[in-house]
Amino acid sequence: MSSQRYHVLHDTIYRYDQPVGESRQLIRLSPRTLPWQKVLAHRLEIQPEPTRSADFLDGFGNPVRAIHLEADHEALLIRAESWIELAPRALPELARTPSWESVRDTLAYRAGRRYPPEVLEATAFRFESTHVRVKREFAHYAHQAFGTGRPVLDGVRALMGRIFEEFTFDPEATDVSTPVTDVFATKRGVCQDFSHFMISCLRSLGLAARYTSGYLLTRPPPGKPRLVGADATHAWVSVFCPGLGWVDFDPTNDLLPGLEHITLGWGRDFADVSPLRGVILGGGSHEPAIAVTVVPESEFDQVYEGEAVPELDLAPQER
Amino acid sequence: MPDSLINHYLLFPERYDEMLGADGHPRGHWQSFVDLIRGADEETLARGIQFVQDAIETDGVSYNIYGDTLGAKRPWELDPLPLMMPPEEWAGLTQAVAQRATLLNAVLKDLYGPQELLAEGLLPPALVYGQHGFKWPCVGTRPPGDVFLHFYAVDVTRAPDGRWWVIADRTQGPSGAGYALQNRIILSRAFSEAFRDLQVQTLASFFRAVQDSLHRLAPTDGEPPLAVLLTPGPYNETYFEHAFLARYLGFPLVEGQDLTVRDDTVYLKTLRGLRRVHAILRRLDDDFCDPLELRADSALGIPGLLGAVRAGRVFMGNALGSGVLESGALFGFLPAIAQRLLGEELQIPSVATWWCGEPPALDYTLEHLDELVIKAAFPNMRRDPVFGHLLKGRARKEFVERIKSQPNAYVAQEWVRLSQAPVWSPDQRRLVPRSVGLRLFAVATPEGYAVMPGALGRAAPDQGTEVISMQRGGLSKDVWVRSEGPVQRISLLKSRLGVIDLVCTGTEIPSRVGENLFWMGRYAERCETGARLLRAALSRLSSRDDDDDNVVPDILAACQRLEILPALEADASREAMEQAVLAAVGDPDQPGSVAGAVRALSFAADQVRERLSSDNWHALNRLSRLFAKPSPSVGHALNGVDRLMLDCISLAGFAMDDMTRDEGWRFLILGRRAERLTWLAGLIGGVLESPRKAREASLEWLLETANSIVTYRARYRRVPEVLPVVHLIVFDESNPHSVAFQLSALERYLTSTARELGHGRPETLAPIRASLRNFDLPSFEAEDCTPACENLAALLRDARQAAHALSDEIQRRFFIHTAGSVR
Repeated sequence: MSSQRYHVLHDTIYRYDQPVGESRQLIRLSPRTLPWQKVLAHRLEIQPEPTRSADFLDGFGNPVRAIHLEADHEALLIRAESWIELAPRALPELARTPSWESVRDTLAYRAGRRYPPEVLEATAFRFESTHVRVKREFAHYAHQAFGTGRPVLDGVRALMGRIFEEFTFDPEATDVSTPVTDVFATKRGVCQDFSHFMISCLRSLGLAARYTSGYLLTRPPPGKPRLVGADATHAWVSVFCPGLGWVDFDPTNDLLPGLEHITLGWGRDFADVSPLRGVILGGGSHEPAIAVTVVPESEFDQVYEGEAVPELDLAPQER
Repeated sequence: MPDSLINHYLLFPERYDEMLGADGHPRGHWQSFVDLIRGADEETLARGIQFVQDAIETDGVSYNIYGDTLGAKRPWELDPLPLMMPPEEWAGLTQAVAQRATLLNAVLKDLYGPQELLAEGLLPPALVYGQHGFKWPCVGTRPPGDVFLHFYAVDVTRAPDGRWWVIADRTQGPSGAGYALQNRIILSRAFSEAFRDLQVQTLASFFRAVQDSLHRLAPTDGEPPLAVLLTPGPYNETYFEHAFLARYLGFPLVEGQDLTVRDDTVYLKTLRGLRRVHAILRRLDDDFCDPLELRADSALGIPGLLGAVRAGRVFMGNALGSGVLESGALFGFLPAIAQRLLGEELQIPSVATWWCGEPPALDYTLEHLDELVIKAAFPNMRRDPVFGHLLKGRARKEFVERIKSQPNAYVAQEWVRLSQAPVWSPDQRRLVPRSVGLRLFAVATPEGYAVMPGALGRAAPDQGTEVISMQRGGLSKDVWVRSEGPVQRISLLKSRLGVIDLVCTGTEIPSRVGENLFWMGRYAERCETGARLLRAALSRLSSRDDDDDNVVPDILAACQRLEILPALEADASREAMEQAVLAAVGDPDQPGSVAGAVRALSFAADQVRERLSSDNWHALNRLSRLFAKPSPSVGHALNGVDRLMLDCISLAGFAMDDMTRDEGWRFLILGRRAERLTWLAGLIGGVLESPRKAREASLEWLLETANSIVTYRARYRRVPEVLPVVHLIVFDESNPHSVAFQLSALERYLTSTARELGHGRPETLAPIRASLRNFDLPSFEAEDCTPACENLAALLRDARQAAHALSDEIQRRFFIHTAGSVR
C-alpha cells in the first residue's frame, strides 16, 4: 500500500438572529503532524476578519487558533482547508502485546517509582473527565472482553467488536451532552458516544485511553458521485500500549484506522478537542451549519470539476 | 472581677487547653490577660462585650451561609475574648507557614510546568490528572516572578501534646484575612487598654505587603499598575469581606462583568471608559474565571482571561489552576516533596493522612477506622467528614463498601483531639471551653512569604463539636500575638496615600457601580413616591369619612395608571380594594408593589455595598425588614408605610449629605430625579385628564402625594384650585417636588457628568424644558380650564416619555461599553 493524499474542506457557519457585538472563539481545526500523517498545506479562513487572532498549542499539544471579533456581525464563517498525506501504518500484532494486567500495573502509581515520559503522558488519560466515567459496571463490561491475562490490544479489539455488535448507530438517540451512562443503558449513539463509552470501559480497567477527533473518508452510495459537504467529523479511540505507544481503534466501524482516518487532535474526551468553543455577546439562538468534504487526491478534479474550491459566501441565505 | 468567670472553666485532660496548663494555672502568655480580666470590674467587661455586639451590627459585618434563613444578612459571630499567642511560639509557626507556602508555590510551578514530581513518582498522577482541580488549559502558563501562590491560607490545629498540625491548605482565593482584620478592629476598640498593655502585634504591615507585592508583580508598560479585587458578587458567603478588603486595600471591587479582555489585556469598564488592569486579587474559583476555556456556563468570569494570563499581561493572585493543591490527599506526599524541592523537612507536619488510592493506605484505613476521620479527597466533592468511631453496624459496612469502590476519592486523617480555648458564653455569663483552630495567612513578597502576625481563630459552636467551620455556625476569635518588645504603631493605610492615589480612586469607578447607583436612586424614589400615594389611599380607607371615601377610587385609579396597583374590577367592593392596596404595600411579588421596589432597592444597594456608610446601611436594613410579613390590616399597613417614609427620607438625606460626590454619586441623583420626573408627570397628567369634578376633588390628595400641601397652604391659605396647584407642582423651579425642578436638576447633573466623564450631553430633555417655559399659564384663568389642563397633560406625557428615553440613553452611554473606547 502506498501513501494516500486527501483534500479536506471543513466549513462552519453561524448565522445569528441578532447581531453579535463581541465574539471569542477557540478553533481546533488544524490537523496534527504525526509519524504517519503529513500536513502538506493548511489554512484557516475566517469571515468577517477577526479583530485579533493568535495561535498556540493546548496542554495536549493540539494547535489552537484563538480569535476575537469586536465589530457587530450577523454571521461567522470558519473554513479549515487542508492537504493531508497518510502513510501506511504497520498493524501491531495484537496477540503479541503484553497482558492487560501488566499494562494496568505499569500505569499504576507506586511510591518512588519513576515513570518513563511516554508512560507518564499516558497516565493523563486514565481518569474520569467531562464525558468519561470510571465505574464498576464499565469495568465489568470490559472485563468480559478482556478476561484474564489476555494481550492488551487483543482485549481492546474484542471490546471494540462487542461494542460494535451490541450498540446501534443512531444519530437521533443522543446529543453532545448525553451522559455515557445513558449511552450504556440505551446502547445507541454516534461515533462520539461509542468512543466515550469505550474509553470509559478501558479507563475503568485501569488502562489509558484517549479521544481522537478527525475525519473519515466516506464512500458515496454505489453509482453516486461524491458530494461536497456530505461528510462529517469523526471520533475514535487510542489506547496506550507500552513499547508500541498509542494504537487507534474505531468502535463505530469496528476497525483499526489506517489510510482513511485523518487525525485532527486528541484529548481526554470531546470537551478537550471540541472543534469550536466560543463566547459571544448577543446573537440569540445559533446552531451552526457544518459542511465537511474529504476528497482523495485522485477524485479532487472530479469533485470540484476542475474549478477552484468554492468561495466562501456570507450572503444571507434562506433558513 | 469575678473569679467566677474562670473558676468553673472545665479542663479536659485528653486535650490541650490554650489558656490553662495541665495544673489548672494560666499559661505564661495568658497570665497578664487573665489578671486583666480578674482585675476588671464587671461593668467594664460587660461594656466591652456589648461593644463587640454593637460593632458587628453597626458595621454590618456579615457572613452568608448557604441555605440559611437569615440569608445574606447573617451577622458575623465574634467571640469577645481574644486568643493569646506567645511570640516565640508564633515565630515558629510563621516560619513553618512561610516554608509551606514556598513549597506549595514550587509544586504549582512544577505541575503546570515540567511535572518532574509526577515523573519521579513523588506524586500520584491520580491526584493531579485525576483531579478536577487540575486545569489543563493552564498547563504551560508562567506567572510574573513565578509566583503562582500569591496569597495563601492554612488551617492549623493543636494536638494534645501541644504541637501544631496542618489540616487544610487554601490556595485559590483564600478568605478570612479580611474578617481577621475586622475582628481586630473591633476587639482593639472594645478592649483598647488591654490591647495596648499586652503589646499585641498589629496587622497593618501585612496588608501593606499584600498591596506592595501585587503592585510589584503586576506586569506594566511603565504606567502605575491598577490592582482590583475580583468577587463572585453579593451572594457569595464572604462578600462582606471582599467589600471590606477592597476598601481597606484601596482596590476597586469588581465582578467579572466589570472586566473585559481586549488584545490579551484586561480592562476595567469605568464610567470614563476602559482602564487597563494589571493585577487581579481573585475570590472567584478557578472554574468560574474564564467561560471560554474553563467552565463554559460561568456567568461570573471574564471571557479571554486565560489568554491574557498566557500572554503575561496580567498578574493573577492566585494563579488560575492553583486549586489543585486544596486536596488533603496531597498531605502524605509533601514531606518527600519538601526534601526534593527545598531540601528541607516540613516544619509543621500535616495531620497524618492516608490517601486511599494507594492500596497499603486503603488497608490501613479500613483496619484503623475508629481512629480516623474520613474525608473527600478533592474539595469539589463537598462531602462532610465522617468520624470512623461514630460509624456502627450497617452504616459502617456500607461506608466501607463506598470507600472500596472508589478509593481514589477518599482520604483518611488521624482524628486529632482539637485544643480548647475559652469563649464567652452569653447564656452562662462565664468562660466555657470550645475546640479551636487557626487560619493563618501568608503573602508572597520579593523577600519571600510574609505571614500575618495574627490569624482568624475559629471555635466550634458547641461543646463537643469537632468540626470547626463558619459554614456550620462556628464563631470566630481574634488572635493576639504578643510582641517581645514595644509594638511599632504603623499608621493606617489612608495616611500613606499620595495625591496621585486620591485622584486615581476617583477615576476607577466601574460602570456597574454607576449603573447600580442609578437604579438604587430610581428604586429609592419609587419606594417613597409609591408609599406616598398608597398612604393617601390607606389613610382615607381607614377614616370612614364620606368625603374621604369618595376620592378613594380616584386615588386607586392613579395607582393603576402609575402601575402601582394591578387593574381592579369596576365594581370592586371595599374589601377587595383594601386587599389590593395591602398587597400593593406589602407583597413583594405583586408587580409594582412598594415591597417589590424595596427588594429591588436592596438588590441594587447590595451591588454597591462598599460605597454606602453604615448609617445608610442601617436605614436600608430596616427598610427590607419592614415587609418581612404581610400586613394584616389597613392600620398595620399605614403604620408600615409611615415607617417606610421615614427611612426613605433618611435615604434621601444620606444621598444628599452623606455620600462622596464623585462621578458615581451623580448617577444616584440622576436616578432619583429621573424617577421622580416620571412619577410626577404621570401622576399630575392623570389628574389633569380626568373630568372636571373628579379633577377638582383630586387636588387635595394630589398636593398631599406630591408632598407640597404644606407649601400650598402657607402660600394661599385656601382650598386647592387648579392654577395655583399646577404652578406649584409643575412650573415652580423652587419646589423640589415640581416637574420643573426635576428637569432643571437633571440638566445640571447631566451637564457636569458629561463634562467630567468626557461624553457628550444627552439632549433628550431640552424640548420639554422649552415647552414648559413657553406654556400659556393664563389659559388656566378661563372659566373652564379643561383645554388648558389637556394641553398641560399632553406636555406631561411627553415629559414622561423623555424621562424614559433619557434613562435608556444614560444606560447606553455610560454603562454599556462598546469597543474602541480604550484610552
